Amino acid sequence: MNNKLIIKPLTGAAAVSEAMRQIDPDVVAAYPITPQTDIVMKFSQFVNDGKVTTEFVPVESEHSAMSACVGASAAGARAMTATASAGLALMWEILYIAASNRLPIVMPVVNRALSAPINIHCDHSDTMGARDSGWIQIYCESAQEAYDNVIAAMRIAEHEKIMLPVMVCQDGFITSHAMERVDILEDDKVKQFVGELNLPFPLLDTDNPVTYGPLDLFDYYFEHKRQQSEAISHVFEVTDKIYNEFEKISGRKYNRVETYEMEDAETAIVALNSTIGTAKDVVDTLRQKGEKVGLLFPRMFRPFPAEEIAEILARLSAVAVLDRSETFSGTGGPMLADIKSALYEKENKPVILNYIYGLGGREINPAHIEQVFSDLKEVQKGNEVEKLTYLGVRE
Amino acid sequence: MSEKGWKDLAAGGKITEPGNAAQYKTGDWRTFIPDVDREKCINCLFCYLYCPDMAIEVKEDSTLGEIKLDYCKGCGICSSVCPVKCIEMKKEEK
Repeated sequence: MNNKLIIKPLTGAAAVSEAMRQIDPDVVAAYPITPQTDIVMKFSQFVNDGKVTTEFVPVESEHSAMSACVGASAAGARAMTATASAGLALMWEILYIAASNRLPIVMPVVNRALSAPINIHCDHSDTMGARDSGWIQIYCESAQEAYDNVIAAMRIAEHEKIMLPVMVCQDGFITSHAMERVDILEDDKVKQFVGELNLPFPLLDTDNPVTYGPLDLFDYYFEHKRQQSEAISHVFEVTDKIYNEFEKISGRKYNRVETYEMEDAETAIVALNSTIGTAKDVVDTLRQKGEKVGLLFPRMFRPFPAEEIAEILARLSAVAVLDRSETFSGTGGPMLADIKSALYEKENKPVILNYIYGLGGREINPAHIEQVFSDLKEVQKGNEVEKLTYLGVRE
Repeated sequence: MSEKGWKDLAAGGKITEPGNAAQYKTGDWRTFIPDVDREKCINCLFCYLYCPDMAIEVKEDSTLGEIKLDYCKGCGICSSVCPVKCIEMKKEEK
């Protein structure tokens, strides 16, 4: 590999806008919302300074941002936006339209709590709520991962077998506003990697007129939904291929399911995004004491890599699923449901504990992670442990 | 129109052939069928002007032609606007 080493001190938000600058999409339509604002602010500076050729549409709401992206993408443009929290909530209707019209829009999302009470800090309520909208969801631990995955997501979204939009998620403030060392690829490498976009049936091809989004009733709607399920079924094979290609240009290898110290682990924590970073530190400490603990990070949450996760978790004695959002189903967090469902067919199932944590930006410290591993140890000893814990809440 | 399976349809419900509305036979929505009394008809062609589905034909000599039942939804607007009430909506036997 003859990569020129380019290192920049970047926040998660800045890393994403850097990726967007290098991708140089045809259209970006966005509305600023904390903590995503830095992405759009920095990108609009690139537009102003002539660093990109992008048509930037400063819309009046997120509903319009996603609508403009839908229109642009249907026209044949490479379209991007970015959002967070209430902004994502306001896009709701159009999220489904983007996915159902099979438009490969890539959207960095900076995870933030939903109102009320109003809160600007990190939890995963926003993207967890959008998990069944037909979008592919990729989660990122760090600024580096966010940068890399925005670039990779472009290729996954636009793959002919997929043609679906992708959200690339990072934690609000914790990742988006913390400065990290980020290895940047050369502009040409990114340009070459994402390549020229050639979407089928662009609206701007006036010699071959097409209609997007016609009325689709009981006689055809079901068939179009079945097509979406089929596209989703190809996401894993395509993602593996794209991640391999990305490794060739970057030297950084990503997986649908990331594991840490899982080879001989007896207990493990499952979590998303920046919490994985905190937990890695705790795992290192516990490993030094001889405890066989590990971590599992479903980088791709939609589609959910159920088989792979079940394969890894089925041989453990106890697992803790950490959910940074609440479903209010009365049965625990959203990831718990998917993990449990993934393990249903397995003969040997671990005991599964669920922790709802970090809502509205409540801190998650190494001490909390240690408590979780200590609970898992109690399970191993055969002691009764609460199945659902609100980790870090004041009683 | 023959109904295709999901593997044969353009992704996302796109219509890739322009001007294909004629292939959509809206006539199968019909419950009531217009029955024209040609003796009473004064060929004012109000029915032709008001028909939302362009289901009423006009002959070369500008008189009322056939009603295209492939497209007539049986809405009854023609019957309603007819100044001499020569179009009666009858329950269609299927």
